[in-house]
Amino acid sequence: MSELTELTIAEAARLLRLHSISVAELVTAHVERIAKVDPLVKAFLRATPEMYEKQAEAADEKLRRREGGPLTGIPLAVKDVLCVKGIETTAGSKILRGFKPPYTGTAVQRLFDAGAVMLGVTNCDEFAMGSSTENSGYYPTHNPWDLDRVPGGSSGGSAAAVAAGEAMIAVGTDTGGSIRQPAAVCGVVGMKPTYGRVSRYGLIAFASSLDQIGPFARSVEDASLVLDAMSGHDPLDATSSDRPNDVRKDFDKGVKGMRLGMPREYFDVEGMEPGVNKAVREAIKALENAGAEIVDVTLPHTDYGLAAYYIIAPAECSSNLARFDGVKYGMSVQDVDNITEMYMRTRRQGFGEEVRRRIMLGTYALSSGYYDAYYLKAQKVRTLIKRDFDDAFSKCDAIVSATSPAVAFPIGSKTDDPLSMYLCDVLTLGGNLAGLPGISVPCGTSQGLPVGLQVLAPQWREDVALRVARAYEVASGVMAEVASVA
Amino acid sequence: MPDSQWEVVIGMEVHVQPRTRTKMFCGCAIGQLGDPPNSNVCEVCMGMPGVLPVINKAAVEACLKTALALNCEIPRHTKFDRKNYMYPDLPKGYQISQYDLPMSVNGHLELGDRQVRIRRVHLEEDTGKLIHAGDKLHKAWESYVDLNRAGVPLMEIVSEPDLRSADEARDYAQALRTLLRTIGASEAEMEKGQLRAEPNISIRRYGSDDLGVKTELKNINSFRALHRAIEFEVNRQVEVVESGGTVGQETRGWSEAEQRTFSQRSKEFAEDYRYFPEPDLPPLELDRPWIEALRRALPELPAARRARLVSQYALPASDATQIAAERELADLFEAAAKASGDSKQTANWIIGEVAPRGKLPTPAHLAELVTLVATGKITRDQGREVLGTSMENGHSPAQIVAERGFAQISDESELRVIVEGVIAGNPRAVEDYRAGKKQAMQALMADVLTRAPQTKPNIASALLLELLK
Repeated sequence: MSELTELTIAEAARLLRLHSISVAELVTAHVERIAKVDPLVKAFLRATPEMYEKQAEAADEKLRRREGGPLTGIPLAVKDVLCVKGIETTAGSKILRGFKPPYTGTAVQRLFDAGAVMLGVTNCDEFAMGSSTENSGYYPTHNPWDLDRVPGGSSGGSAAAVAAGEAMIAVGTDTGGSIRQPAAVCGVVGMKPTYGRVSRYGLIAFASSLDQIGPFARSVEDASLVLDAMSGHDPLDATSSDRPNDVRKDFDKGVKGMRLGMPREYFDVEGMEPGVNKAVREAIKALENAGAEIVDVTLPHTDYGLAAYYIIAPAECSSNLARFDGVKYGMSVQDVDNITEMYMRTRRQGFGEEVRRRIMLGTYALSSGYYDAYYLKAQKVRTLIKRDFDDAFSKCDAIVSATSPAVAFPIGSKTDDPLSMYLCDVLTLGGNLAGLPGISVPCGTSQGLPVGLQVLAPQWREDVALRVARAYEVASGVMAEVASVA
Repeated sequence: MPDSQWEVVIGMEVHVQPRTRTKMFCGCAIGQLGDPPNSNVCEVCMGMPGVLPVINKAAVEACLKTALALNCEIPRHTKFDRKNYMYPDLPKGYQISQYDLPMSVNGHLELGDRQVRIRRVHLEEDTGKLIHAGDKLHKAWESYVDLNRAGVPLMEIVSEPDLRSADEARDYAQALRTLLRTIGASEAEMEKGQLRAEPNISIRRYGSDDLGVKTELKNINSFRALHRAIEFEVNRQVEVVESGGTVGQETRGWSEAEQRTFSQRSKEFAEDYRYFPEPDLPPLELDRPWIEALRRALPELPAARRARLVSQYALPASDATQIAAERELADLFEAAAKASGDSKQTANWIIGEVAPRGKLPTPAHLAELVTLVATGKITRDQGREVLGTSMENGHSPAQIVAERGFAQISDESELRVIVEGVIAGNPRAVEDYRAGKKQAMQALMADVLTRAPQTKPNIASALLLELLK
């Protein structure tokens, strides 16, 4: 394994500025690493030499002129739900096979503008619906720490790529935990920002009121740098905020004097593995030793979160996915007698089982006569869950818990049981329903597999989440490692 | 017309394209009728994966101005909703519209001495256009999609079922157009599709308060078609009911070629649009200072202007109604009446001569013309001709009168010279006249009129008599 694929951004940036290495060398090291391990990991769907060759050259040129910032020349992997002009982008779905967007989304463009170099497109659950990347329309991705296990999902490709040293950083999307949960089970850092912090323009929507784009990295600092570059108001996204971008303020101030809340419901969820529980409690102890005050808080509506989420997200998805109709782009079944048949056959062949299930669930929940009982009630529950967090944050600065109640599970073990798959997100989806920022940092292992500590902060307090996560890194001395991949 | 036992009940849904530079949710230009297909499009209005809508503020302002001019209540919050249905001209598979919190509610439009209640005015986006090789989508062997119209803003103005005849429905639509043009919210050209009227029609026995089953009419492209389509539909419904049948709830199209309505879509099974709040657009706060500023900036509205034309210019109510019905006519009237000082004659000229031409002279020219006729410089018939010429070549009426030699010669000194010439040139006739042959007068008058065709005969003969004494 080349050392170049184990660097953090700060380390790489130092070497690049000293001209000890060039961007071309850094990128080549990653491309070679991908060639070596990706046949096993399958984190990527497509390599993008047409992007990285030019971007690497431009980045080297900038560095020669002593220009550029921390992300100049940093190898990046992009989840297959983020549109990049001219690069096939399919949301992990066969229905979009061959689709090349005519534009680049805002968040990715900002990373390009900051000098990041796009290595390729990473695998994910189809339309970001899933927690294992097994719902990809192409192939499953394997967990670099144990190739028989899933990398989590839906951004499993991005998490696995960073964990396996195939990319230094990656971007993913998080609708119910799709960044934090794969980050946890792949042993990397993953962050979902406050809803509205990062523009969603160019993100192929799953559930518009829940989706956020966020970073993967192998250190909290790296994650903060990527987030910082993507953040800020975008006139093309009416839900993006024009608040000042202050995500990195107080980054290294530690947790002394901070109050960290442990929601009792989050330590008592269905499927919580003893090893995960132990690792997380030890991590919290380390934060206490570093000067934080640990307080008990309660999130009484936690039990209803999953149900509310699985009404709201499918309802929005049923509408968001209506545009995939075979008329304008992607798959189109042509040997049909009429338009209705074209719609039905294109969508039946193009969408996988889980996507079809959620479209049907959501269509049902929005139907006349059921809207009040399902969608409206779920929105009321969402309000109660937000209120739970407001109350909890009146007693603490941040909330700490496990990210996922379990470590990575074996491939194929949950595919026949969607409900048990849905339970993977039970600790993360509350943050989406309430629009909160949340980060997952590696905190040891259980059964030899990575465990993640989740830090949730009040809206717009990414700085708090990052500061606590960074303090844990410092206190524990635990940093994400690159999996060797046998 | 229908048997008098049937009362006609009409509500109107009018879609109006507000005057904006760009589309409702993206930066694309509105474009013109006849632009090449798919030339005014971008990833947003084409419904590409990953795109998001951004609200066009100019469209919101036009809608709010319309709502204020229609005396509507404007809530503090409004929101957009998704109306879900699949059709190839709807690129996202849903239309962004407004469902339960529209931009405005509960207004009215004054129609003569009546008030037509307005239920709501809201904003939405237009769909694209399909062109079929074959007559309709399900039968076509090929269909093309043009998304130039997709995402164009539309205001939907919904009235209560307060209209009682085809005349009233047409007057309502025309009054709406005048209002929209007056406040600058829309060009409201029906022929360009900027104003689309869809009447909902039902009949009931006089005295009944129940509403009958309604049909909705579409494809109406002019006020005349609106009137005819309603008359046809009312007669059709009466025939159906009187022959023992029942009217079915449906959408019917108006065929201009056949001058009849035909069934398009049964509404017996109401489509479920699965409306829900558009998650990509935060609710809009309609803050009061903004609304009040828009209200203050509204110009005088047609109903108020009509009243003022009566009080300020002493016009008969019917004249005022006709003139106030078109903002351009009313502007012309006020300017020309002030310049000519003769409002009654100015109104007569506008109603009788200007309005039917569909083209307007300048106020100065009209005032000049009114004065030329009123002071007897030219006759009314000549005035019509002068007006026509002036509007064609842009010359002033006085200039045209001079060029054509139209002016009636009423200047006595000029006429006296001519009459003296006639007397000098016809010694024989003068002699005969003086000898008592009164018929000789005719020959002399004929000569005067030959030499000066613009002469008023009574003035000429009086002068002739005087000089012959």
